[in-house]
Amino acid sequence: MSFLIGEEMTGGYGGADILHSCTIGVERGEIAVIVGPNGAGKSTAMKAVFGMLPLREGRIVLDGRDITALSPQERVLAGMGFVPQSNNVFRALTVEENLEMGAFIRRDDPRETMEQVYTLFPILKEKRRQPAGELSGGQRQQVAVGRALMTKPQVLMLDEPTAGVSPIVMDELFDKILDIAATGIAILLVEQNAAQALAIAHRAYVLVQGRNRYTDTGEALLADPEVRRSFLGG
Amino acid sequence: MEGFLNAFVALSNFVLIPGLAYGAQLALGALGVTLVYAVLRFSNFAHGDMMAFGTMATILATWVLQSAGIGFGPLPTALIALPFGVAIAVALALGTDRVVYRFYRKTKAVPVTFVIVSVGVMFIYNAVVRLFIGVDDRRFEDGERFIIRAGDFREWTGLAEGLALRTSQVLTVVIAFVAMAALFWFLQRTRTGKAMRAYSDNEDLALLSGIDPARVVLITWALAASLATLAGVLYGLYKSFSPFNYFQLLLPIFASAIVGGIGNPIGAVIGGFVVAFSEVGITYAYRRVLSHILPDAWMPDGLVQLLSTDYKFAVSFFILVVVLLVRPTGILRGRVI
Repeated sequence: MSFLIGEEMTGGYGGADILHSCTIGVERGEIAVIVGPNGAGKSTAMKAVFGMLPLREGRIVLDGRDITALSPQERVLAGMGFVPQSNNVFRALTVEENLEMGAFIRRDDPRETMEQVYTLFPILKEKRRQPAGELSGGQRQQVAVGRALMTKPQVLMLDEPTAGVSPIVMDELFDKILDIAATGIAILLVEQNAAQALAIAHRAYVLVQGRNRYTDTGEALLADPEVRRSFLGG
Repeated sequence: MEGFLNAFVALSNFVLIPGLAYGAQLALGALGVTLVYAVLRFSNFAHGDMMAFGTMATILATWVLQSAGIGFGPLPTALIALPFGVAIAVALALGTDRVVYRFYRKTKAVPVTFVIVSVGVMFIYNAVVRLFIGVDDRRFEDGERFIIRAGDFREWTGLAEGLALRTSQVLTVVIAFVAMAALFWFLQRTRTGKAMRAYSDNEDLALLSGIDPARVVLITWALAASLATLAGVLYGLYKSFSPFNYFQLLLPIFASAIVGGIGNPIGAVIGGFVVAFSEVGITYAYRRVLSHILPDAWMPDGLVQLLSTDYKFAVSFFILVVVLLVRPTGILRGRVI
């Protein structure tokens, strides 16, 4: 049993089901990636794990505890961090205030965590007095990830963190994600850039129409000719 | 030289000082409107009557204090009654939110529904105020009315023009400045203030971060009602209190909030002074000022008044329309409405 697992998740936003018995899991210190074609339900699967999608069937288990009934806020308290795909920073607030708001639910002093975030993303320390809305796309993603790290989560979930950033910035972000995983955090990642994502994934899920199509290590899927042909463009 | 001094004194007396005081009052009013807009995302038409309600509560408390023989020395008794008025207004705002606005938040009503609801709330506040205190003009300023009297000023300086400085003018500027400084400190420096800004900026992310929306809404109403009462009492001390006038104040207050950039507190302050100085500056008859600096032969026959004071609200309207046409986000780029 994985550290975090969404088991046999079935559900949708009221109408027809989007997920059909879909299972996603991730271990501590590992990176799990969800890839698949547009409309495969990648983001939806991640939202389901985070409690933003009503499930008809299936359950979510974090560290042996069933958290299916918890709201997203309660899941944050339980140790999950979530970085949405868009609108994931407070644009009018400074970088430092963004991090402070990330730590809003903590009752202890968050300054040590803030220093850790600054160590991970040195550029943020330089720009800490600037409104997050004035930063470049890549820097803004760093703020978004930093904000989510402020609760000291055990699981970090990232919904397409590299959407709309340049290839160089994308490589940097992937490096940072590896660094974060190395600290023992479980990372669940939804990615459009399937090849790069599979290259850093310990485990990968290929979803098609809300169902698990392939599940294996990133390496094995990259080597699988069928996966290459269908999802990686040859 | 003396001519210019006289002209400057006259200008200060009739335009600069009144504009400053009126601007501070509008700024306080616009801050309330802009906070509600930033957090609750609708234009609160009941804000003018919220001002009237808070002021009424303060006046009633002032009368009680006065009849008990309690005064504040040279300062108006209303200042002692002010905390009571603020408390009543805050209670009213929170009560209204509980029985009216909360329902529409739960049903996820669109902003225009909230605006119309606030018009309904406005009529109710309006009626309640008239029921309690009547429709008449009320003056409730007591204590020492002037800090500098025009006659004394002429005597000291030997100038032909007098400069009167009223207690209510100085009180307005001082209290408004302190209130604004406190508000900005709260919004920029405290955890709760930052949470309010965060919620205003990105509601979904604020929820994800564990910010409690109910608490943010509560604090917003409390601040808006306090600012409204403060603005209302200062305006009432400076001019007079009548329910209809306060209802009419809604227009320059909205103009201020929008000119500055609605949803932006600094914009509300700038907008308040822009609207106030435009209104006072355009409706003032400059003949008196000119008479000190122009040779007799050049003196115009008329009053040199661009617009009669009867039309002062047209100035707010005009500014409002121009801003919405030319720069709908306002001076400091608030939200487009």
